[in-house]
Amino acid sequence: MSLSALSARLFPTIRSQAVARMAAPASFARFYATKKYTAEHEWILIDNGVGTIGITDHAQSALGEIVFAELAELKDVEKGDTIGSVESVKAASDIYAPISGKVIEVNEKLNDEPALLNDAPETDGWLCKIELSSEDEIKDLLDEEAYKQFCEEAH
Amino acid sequence: MLSALKFAKSIPAAGALRSVQQRAYAAAASGEVLKKTILHDYHVENGGKMVPFAGWSMPVQYANLGVGASHVWTRQNASVFDVSHMLATRITGKDRVKFYETITVADIENLPVGSSTLSVFTNENGGIIDDTIICKHQDSLYVVSNAGCADKDLAHIRTHLKDFQNKGGDVDLKIIDDHQLVALQGPKAAAVLEGLVGKSLQDFPFMDGRFMDIKGIHCHVARSGYTGEDGFEISVPNRDTVEFTKMLVADPRVELAGLGARDSLRLEAGLCLYGHDLDDTVTPIEAGLTWTVGKRRRTEGGFLGAAKIQDQLKNGVSRRRIGLLVQGAPAREGALIYSNGELIGKVTSGCPSPSIKKNVAMGYVKNGLHKAGTELEVEVRGRKQKAVVTKMPFVPAGYHKV
Repeated sequence: MSLSALSARLFPTIRSQAVARMAAPASFARFYATKKYTAEHEWILIDNGVGTIGITDHAQSALGEIVFAELAELKDVEKGDTIGSVESVKAASDIYAPISGKVIEVNEKLNDEPALLNDAPETDGWLCKIELSSEDEIKDLLDEEAYKQFCEEAH
Repeated sequence: MLSALKFAKSIPAAGALRSVQQRAYAAAASGEVLKKTILHDYHVENGGKMVPFAGWSMPVQYANLGVGASHVWTRQNASVFDVSHMLATRITGKDRVKFYETITVADIENLPVGSSTLSVFTNENGGIIDDTIICKHQDSLYVVSNAGCADKDLAHIRTHLKDFQNKGGDVDLKIIDDHQLVALQGPKAAAVLEGLVGKSLQDFPFMDGRFMDIKGIHCHVARSGYTGEDGFEISVPNRDTVEFTKMLVADPRVELAGLGARDSLRLEAGLCLYGHDLDDTVTPIEAGLTWTVGKRRRTEGGFLGAAKIQDQLKNGVSRRRIGLLVQGAPAREGALIYSNGELIGKVTSGCPSPSIKKNVAMGYVKNGLHKAGTELEVEVRGRKQKAVVTKMPFVPAGYHKV
């Protein structure tokens, strides 16, 4: 599945807003959503100035059964801030903001169904959405190829 | 994120993998050669995720069951744990009981032959050097203690052994390295073992130890364990260990289990993990292990740190180990405990309990705030969460009674 298709499937509302904004001189002119990764094993799908964040499939598989997710607070965050955690029986792992901005939405479903983080880490198990304060930080993130390589090298 | 990756997959500590929680599975120092038990290759062949633990390469879990599932399996069926990394010693000589009573708090004199007890090695201040199980046989003591403490335990014991021998005491210590230790734990453990030995084990009480032939393999079987369930810790000759383990696992009621499940099982059972819930600054009285100090020993003393321990028995302690049920996020080791805003203690172990689906923890609090039902607060990632002092074990023990 292409990233744009993934985005359209996951975030239909945002997509339609994106289309609407395209008509006007948008400050975030990106049309296709961009999926990036971090060395903390998180993914961020950036679409029209909003980044949806989650943990990678590699991360969930290494963590094992996730039984609790502490969700982010709706507030401004700096890149690198702790914005919650995911926990298995044996350990807690912090979630770090991959990018600066404002947390505008969290995936409340995870309160009742933390297993979504294992079953669908890169789709229904998303953690939160951050409205980017600057696009400059995007260039520091890893693309899919670089992340794959990072995971392989770490082995 | 993902400190857990460090032990779950043994990914070398990349700088980016910041850790919240190292637990006991901290990455081995570079260049450290890990010791392997005889079952090492068997673990790997069976999907064991090997991690460094106390200088050993040990399975934290197996590919077929996650930690939570393995935990629940053990509570309902039976699991096999390789605990060969633990230090097993045999103590002989006619003064062996007398000697061991100088370095532990146990009343070994009055312990029936064939029975065993949890005890602690104490230092001069009454602090716990290690916890240990002492099994009394006709001609010897069989003593098992923690792998992580093996070097310091042996150094400590040998120092005092030498003094004791120099004063004419007849006692000798031998490390048991020709046997491996395999634990079979769970409510179905007895039925599984009964099938192999071909007789009922109904008359075999928990905390007793016996020599047994299991399908022609001569083993020492201790009915004990570290899970809160009925079970056995079986000392098997090295050359028979793999075959023996395969025999156990061939039973459909038995699965392999690793350190991950072992940790959450023992925590639910209210059992301490040395280096976390116990250390050499904590006395058995503070640790809620007063019952390990035999009645005769309380009056007579005669062990290291006796003065301190007798004083605490008489005048009380300033802190106590407690169990907690924590609301919200699981509290882990190091989480601070508050009462009405005042810092009163610290969590030493904690996890989400797979059995009761609540966050369980143990820790130390100021004396007076230790009573069951006391409402406290535990700080997790800067947020204070409600916690209630709760009697342990968190799940009823399944120890076999005759």
